[in-house]
Amino acid sequence: MTQVTLSGLTKIFDEKSPPAVDQLNLEIESGKLTALLGPSGCGKTTTMKMIAGLLRPTSGDITFNGESILSIPPEDRGAVMVFQNYLLFPYMTIAENIGFGLKMRKVDRKEIRTRVTDMLDLVQLPGFEDRKPRQLSGGQQQRIALARALIVQPNVLLLDEPLSNLDAHLRDEMRELIRRIQTEMAITTVFVTHDQEEAVVLADRIALLFDGRLQQFDVPDAFFESPQSVEIAKFFGGTNFIPGHYEGGEITTAIGRFRAPRSAVDGGDAVLSIRPEAVTLGSDGGNSVMGRIRSHVYVGRYARFRVALGDIEVEAITDPAQVKLFNDGDEVPVRFDSNKIWVIGPASSQP
Amino acid sequence: MADTRIEPAGAVAGAVAPEASERRFSWRITGRWVGITGLLAFLVAPIVPLFIWSISFRWFYPAILPTEYSARAWTEVITPHNDVLGVAWNTALIALVVTVFSILLGVPAGRALGLYEFRGKRLVEWMILAPIIVPGLAVVLGIHVLFIRAGLSNSIPGVILVHLVPTLPYMTLVMSGVFANYDTDFELQARSLGASRWATQLHITLPAIFPGVVVGALFAFIISWSQYVLTLLIGGGQVQTLPLLLFGFVRSDPAIAGALSVVFILPAVLVLLLSSRYLSGDNAAVGGIGNI
Repeated sequence: MTQVTLSGLTKIFDEKSPPAVDQLNLEIESGKLTALLGPSGCGKTTTMKMIAGLLRPTSGDITFNGESILSIPPEDRGAVMVFQNYLLFPYMTIAENIGFGLKMRKVDRKEIRTRVTDMLDLVQLPGFEDRKPRQLSGGQQQRIALARALIVQPNVLLLDEPLSNLDAHLRDEMRELIRRIQTEMAITTVFVTHDQEEAVVLADRIALLFDGRLQQFDVPDAFFESPQSVEIAKFFGGTNFIPGHYEGGEITTAIGRFRAPRSAVDGGDAVLSIRPEAVTLGSDGGNSVMGRIRSHVYVGRYARFRVALGDIEVEAITDPAQVKLFNDGDEVPVRFDSNKIWVIGPASSQP
Repeated sequence: MADTRIEPAGAVAGAVAPEASERRFSWRITGRWVGITGLLAFLVAPIVPLFIWSISFRWFYPAILPTEYSARAWTEVITPHNDVLGVAWNTALIALVVTVFSILLGVPAGRALGLYEFRGKRLVEWMILAPIIVPGLAVVLGIHVLFIRAGLSNSIPGVILVHLVPTLPYMTLVMSGVFANYDTDFELQARSLGASRWATQLHITLPAIFPGVVVGALFAFIISWSQYVLTLLIGGGQVQTLPLLLFGFVRSDPAIAGALSVVFILPAVLVLLLSSRYLSGDNAAVGGIGNI
């Protein structure tokens, strides 16, 4: 069980451009699955390589269980990284690939052979010992890469975009496999992804990075229910943001006043955010205003409406049956459930 | 669950394989015949008259083959007082040392040029290429003066050093091509899995670049082995190699020159045959080496 702590971790590749990773503080819980999430170029893979010891940080520290590991070379850190493109050694057999880490640790051949067999069983590819990497499909190569990392019983497992090169149905299988193995072996695992859905489904906690800076480190549902900035909310699929003034549990906007008990700020200029799924059409009462339906799309599992509230347009995702109730141009009451409204600080104050 | 997935994958591979291999097979045969014919015409055919010269005693126009044969030339080559074998050994030794140094210097240089961007890279590239572009004779005259001052002229170390001038560019060029297609992430992956710096070089880097090293070494060996001008000037006649010996006999005794030529060509052909699998086919080192 290894707790990984990043403190003030910074990586500058080029003095002229902003840091790839900027003053990153992160406590990665022991035995949990943590996602480093962010758009490409946000520094997530750089962070991972620094944990693995494959890149030297410009400043800051990384500790495993409280002890700095910066002076320890990658081969002795016990943090094994699995690269995005698997990188199976092409001139070695599958057994030699998986056994590589043990061979480097001078484990005797017989033991390597039995442990390789165990690993192949674990990743559900028994009997693959003598094949060559190029004979395997992408999904199979991914499993072998995982087995090759797990066989050395790492303290920390680092996965770079583990699902991004796989087809949809293989993704689900791989996701389950990673989750199962991770839970069974209780290895502190960090994985990098640019796909918020992947992070939400797989991770215990998500660290969201923009431009090398940590935006929010939280459990997955927090990113939907209480994002700390408009940018974060947008990254997680939020579409409705209405600027206003927040005071005493109410937010006053250009289209009216709404009760909003949940907020990231105490008062002052703020933004009302509400997820499109939480906007209800056709019911009045508290927290509702009149709007005019601009357009709608029938998606099958749901319907998506665009509704004009004065000068502001909001998106509502509703039960698909509602397309029969409303036509474009109709005047409808639009209600924001007060418990679903989340008030965020104004966008301009965000870095 | 795993079994059901593997079965169809195997079945598909089995169904596709025969067709694909059949097509490739016919290409291979055609290619091989063109290759063998070319090899015979350009490499082996020129050796035939040399060999006939070496065993001829009388061979005048218009006879197509010698009218009388003799083993004299070969006896001369083998007899100790001419020291042909000693010189051949000397030449091989020089060529081997030159090859080793070419590898030791050319591989890191090729890596730097193939993998990294740095200030002045173009200049370095031109400097490395220069010995191929500038006529060797012009360069060696300057080097000669320098070597006399440094006490390196008329010595084997001097000859070895000067042989590196034409061999290093080839070695470096071949290796920079190899490294341009090389993914250093494989090395990082190995480190992460627990391989030390040295173990990574041995188990990951070396196997990946090996075909390139073989081809570069081949160039280096043959260039050094067949070097005439550089050896003559820097060796100053003190360092005898096969090309110098051969040149001496070309005018005076065609039979011995023929025999010597055969001895001279032999190692090149041998080396070529031994390393041919790295020059063509799936393992080809030049023109990209596939995935790694």
